[in-house]
Amino acid sequence: MAFESLTDKLQNVFKNLRSKGRLTQDDVRAALKEVRMALLEADVNFRVVKQFVKSVEERAIGQDVMNGLNPGQMVIKIVNEEMTALMGSETTEIALQPGKALTVILLCGLQGAGKTTAAAKLAGKFQQKGKKVLLAACDVYRPAAIEQLQRNGEKQGTEVFSMGTGHKPVNIARAAVEHAGKNGCNILILDTAGRLHIDEEMMAELSEIKENVTVHQTLLVVDAMTGQDAVNVAREFDEKVGVDGVILSKMDGDTRGGAALSIKAVTGKPILYVSVGEKLSDLEQFYPDRMASRILGMGDVLTLIDKVSANLDIDADREKEMAAKMKKGKFDFDDYLESMKQMRNMGGLSGILGMFPGRAVPGMGDLESMVDEKQLARTEAIVLSMTPQERRNPKLLNPSRKHRIARGAGVDISTVNRFIKQFEQSQKMMKQLPGMLGSKGGRKGKFRFPF
Amino acid sequence: MSEEKRGFFARLRDGLSKTRANIVHGIDSVFSGFSSIDEAFYEELEEVLIMGDLGVGATEEILDRLRRQVKEQGIRKPEDCRQLLTDSIKEQMHVGETAYDFEQEQSVVFVIGVNGVGKTTSVGKLAGMLKAQGRRVLIAAADTFRAAAGEQLSEWANRAGVDVIGGREGSDPSSVIFDAVNAAKARHIDVLLCDTAGRLHNKKNLMEELKKMNRILDREFPGAHRENLVVLDGTTGQNALVQAREFAKVTDLTGIILTKMDGTAKGGIAVAVQSELGIPVKYIGVGERMEDLQKFDADQFVNALFDRKEEEEGGRIEEP
Repeated sequence: MAFESLTDKLQNVFKNLRSKGRLTQDDVRAALKEVRMALLEADVNFRVVKQFVKSVEERAIGQDVMNGLNPGQMVIKIVNEEMTALMGSETTEIALQPGKALTVILLCGLQGAGKTTAAAKLAGKFQQKGKKVLLAACDVYRPAAIEQLQRNGEKQGTEVFSMGTGHKPVNIARAAVEHAGKNGCNILILDTAGRLHIDEEMMAELSEIKENVTVHQTLLVVDAMTGQDAVNVAREFDEKVGVDGVILSKMDGDTRGGAALSIKAVTGKPILYVSVGEKLSDLEQFYPDRMASRILGMGDVLTLIDKVSANLDIDADREKEMAAKMKKGKFDFDDYLESMKQMRNMGGLSGILGMFPGRAVPGMGDLESMVDEKQLARTEAIVLSMTPQERRNPKLLNPSRKHRIARGAGVDISTVNRFIKQFEQSQKMMKQLPGMLGSKGGRKGKFRFPF
Repeated sequence: MSEEKRGFFARLRDGLSKTRANIVHGIDSVFSGFSSIDEAFYEELEEVLIMGDLGVGATEEILDRLRRQVKEQGIRKPEDCRQLLTDSIKEQMHVGETAYDFEQEQSVVFVIGVNGVGKTTSVGKLAGMLKAQGRRVLIAAADTFRAAAGEQLSEWANRAGVDVIGGREGSDPSSVIFDAVNAAKARHIDVLLCDTAGRLHNKKNLMEELKKMNRILDREFPGAHRENLVVLDGTTGQNALVQAREFAKVTDLTGIILTKMDGTAKGGIAVAVQSELGIPVKYIGVGERMEDLQKFDADQFVNALFDRKEEEEGGRIEEP
């Protein structure tokens, strides 16, 4: 991984300055040099970085270092606050028309940004909320774009309106609105062709749609990996077509996503959703404060916490039970299965690991490759090959039982032994880590600075 | 044809001149705005290069080299730095002489990259380009994941007039590769183009799937010249470096296709990738039509980035 954690870097910068009680100009400059570098490596636009660093510097010089923090942490605290101020601290909901009235949403963006996929994901999201959604295929240029939308619509159970490639997008849009009105749809999503922001003709096509059809929300889909150019793209789309909000796609990659900050800073438009995977359900609300720490390389511990809580909320009792068991070290194989199931619900191990501040913990990347998901499936097979009694009481396991389990799971006896040994060790570890689980929400503040 | 040709060049020039307008404007103000070569001058240069998506690492490397040369050659005037700077990037971006040998041999071209960078489009364009050279081309449609990817590729194949070997949506892409290799052998195909599904480089399982396809190509078609191209989106920022690095772990990358160069993005990331990984850019994509894939020419690219004089001469680019 190319990026070292900003946290690590700042720790190094301030290694020799621990005892100082106030941030001097030199301290701040040294720290901000690293901050600047981190932001640039995260693809935040250069001008935005410049302005940002300046405002942090002004605020930071002369500040008292709070009790319990070292100068590096103090700078990070200010940086984080400033960044949150810039990104906005509130999540923004997409504005829908009141009641059952039809809301028309237009999706636009560059080629390959992920519009068609985002359209299907959005449709699923609204359907979950009980809306009746219609997707309209207005991309008449890219080969098979309509088929792609139709397939995805099928998977989501959403009706797709299309007129083939022989009509002008504006006419398709108009007909789609009519169709949506007749069929009592609440939401119409217009999927348009990818286009370059400097392609006057294609940009005019979007304006034409907006002139002829009442579009309530125009959403720009932007690839989270976009570089310095994100600013130009967002500005041009906003000036020429008018943008109400942004969807960031491909956030499940390992990009820091500095484009988000650039776009917000330059256009002031809120980022509404982030797309985080290949599955059609992988569209999430955007949390500006978490994005701030991701850009800085502090990971997305908060999202993790939320995901964990959301999953556990489904069965709060079980959570309490589990936490209690863990504290006592009475965590058995049944619970192990249960936690594996929950982990899968949260997008698998790689999904969770991706949210940790990757480089804050050395070797975190290695961990991901070590614990591959196949291995987990094998482990699961081992547990499933145990009798219910054995699962509840691991002490029962004697060599003959272990042999039977190994045969049942199709693994070597040594693998079973190793797994059981690991399990016992982790039981012991659980005992030593009281209070790790069980409390949520209240700890959020603590996780903001994971060092 | 000549009209289309002009259309292409015009667009390439348009694309690059936007690139140029941004970078050159910056470079100009740096070169003319300073009277001496000092720290502030270098800092300004650094800004300009970073704005071009070259990335912090590559920028530092280039500037270090520049500093060294300035010292060695006793250069005083900022204007004299311009030639040094373009020369140094040009040298770095040079494509080797054997880079396009595969076009003339029996070869397999394995095209990989993250989602939405333009793999399928590039494969379609490559097919058209090779077909026009009189090569016998076959396409393996190994994107069995994305909805309607097969249809998209078939459309391109129709335009190019080449055959496609595909599989059902959701089937194992490796089996498509296997079938395609056998078909290529049976039909005495010159170039087999393998289109794969877009995948983020941090998805372990999907990268393993790619490794499997690579193994099958190695095993089933050992005699063929292998060309492994990673497709990078010209608008992508520093993540493209990580992408190239990760895809290089799957297969021995022999080149880059840099797409979407007709926008305002500067494609500077290509410089960064070349600098850090030594993988040359072989093709650039500058539009959506069949002809809009161009062999990469380092001189042209860098001249276009930095040198205004070259602006009138964009048409000099050779037609493949």
